[in-house]
Amino acid sequence: MKHPLWRSAVFVAALLPPPYWLYQAWTFALGPDPGKVLLERLGQGALLLLLLTLCLTPLQRATHWSGWALVRRQLGLWCFAYACLHLLAYLVFVLGLDFAQLGDELRKRPYILVGALTWCALLPLALTSNRFSMRRLGRRWKHLHRLAYAALGLALLHMLWVVRSDIGQWLLYCAWALLLLALRLPGVGRRLGRRAGGAP
Amino acid sequence: MLIQIPPCSHCPPSEITPESVYLSRRRVLGAGAVALGAAALPAWARAGEAARYAGVEPGNPPAWFTGKLPDTRWQAVEAPGEALTPYQDASHYNNFYEFGPDKGDPAANAGQLPTEPWTVRIDGEVGKPGQYALEELVRPHALEERIYRLRCVEAWSMVIPWVGFPLAELLKRAEPTGNAKYVAFETLVDPEHMPGQRSRFALLDWPYREGLRLDEAMHPLTLLAVGMYGRVLPNQNGAPLRLVVPWKYGFKSIKSIVRISLTGRQPFTSWQNRAPGEYGFYANVNPSVDHPRWTQKRERRLPNSLFSPNLRDTLPFNGYAEEVAGLYAGMDLSKDY
Repeated sequence: MKHPLWRSAVFVAALLPPPYWLYQAWTFALGPDPGKVLLERLGQGALLLLLLTLCLTPLQRATHWSGWALVRRQLGLWCFAYACLHLLAYLVFVLGLDFAQLGDELRKRPYILVGALTWCALLPLALTSNRFSMRRLGRRWKHLHRLAYAALGLALLHMLWVVRSDIGQWLLYCAWALLLLALRLPGVGRRLGRRAGGAP
Repeated sequence: MLIQIPPCSHCPPSEITPESVYLSRRRVLGAGAVALGAAALPAWARAGEAARYAGVEPGNPPAWFTGKLPDTRWQAVEAPGEALTPYQDASHYNNFYEFGPDKGDPAANAGQLPTEPWTVRIDGEVGKPGQYALEELVRPHALEERIYRLRCVEAWSMVIPWVGFPLAELLKRAEPTGNAKYVAFETLVDPEHMPGQRSRFALLDWPYREGLRLDEAMHPLTLLAVGMYGRVLPNQNGAPLRLVVPWKYGFKSIKSIVRISLTGRQPFTSWQNRAPGEYGFYANVNPSVDHPRWTQKRERRLPNSLFSPNLRDTLPFNGYAEEVAGLYAGMDLSKDY
């Protein structure tokens, strides 16, 4: 395996925040409503990890460093792990594990439904993130994993619906996402690769 | 006219404060009765200032506030069976978008707001319009402490001991004309000290505006607060003058008020303008009318912890139905939410 240090560093960096937040909640450093803070941080963490995952291919193209692609699966799985914890935090801290209410929420609240759909879009990606699935699915694997873009759009919509008063932060994520999508337009991506390729 | 405020609805008769203690309109107006009320309070309620709320710093109270404390009627309205939210939480978990969108922003950013001198403009359908210095405005009123539940539209709640006086008394002094049907309020605009007002991505228009129907404004539960936890209001909680309407969602209780206008027509209110499908003019706490984005059936009583989310059922009118439901007789509250 190449770049073991880099891969371990990414692993630790993605692993540490949730236990640290739990520790903060334990020591009352998250304020009077720690569940809500945890919920929001996990949600934003998942979105951030998804954006980072989608950064890796353009970075690889631009720099030709093989380390980027090596952590793509890992970051994608971390994104799913954060999304699962986010969902769990919602079920426990907001819903109080009242599953009868969950049906009601899904029916009445579009942002909950969109959040659930985002998780559903990430699920098959996580399930097929192993070599066996890649081999079995062949070309279809690549098509399937374009669901990541759908998940990104849904996640942003989900977040927009939660914002109450200031959309500055949301706009930042949105600009980032648009940039990543623009880099994937056929013309743009190729030019990026060629220019970097010309450098020594 | 006699309007009585039982201190709390929805509590067993055994918990109801004796009649000799609870607040009545007559007692508010009757000077001699104040002493009677104080005598009826248990001894611990008359304990010294320092011991009133452990760990609460006095802040920088102006002289007019400190001068009024000795005559303040403590625990004039209680919330039986409710535990007070710690001062630290009530003063560090705030929605005050003028100071930023996050709950911690107001505590972090409001410290520099100059609250003295402070003037309040009273205008519109009143016999005595004018610009009033805050101390002038408060001078004629005896302060009292009222422990109210606070229910935020975001489905969290607290229990806070406010210090203030009934809005009705102030409005009466301003002499509303026969045309006055509503009361409109405005918050300070001061982008230099209010970073949220400098944000280009804020979804609210400044100044923040709120309003009440005149009978709601005149209701004895409606309070103008100048303090909490036995001290002057911290800036992040709406210093130096804020509204407290305990049966409505928190956003109705406008902070840092600079203008009070009596009007004939229903006034513009900030959140209703921002998202009319989500925030109504009345905004009465109502578990049977959901916010489109979340349920209002339950609330998280703060502070909570990861192991006890402290979820509880939300009560109609935030538990003050007995006192205020009559204001809305004949109205369809699922439409006039």
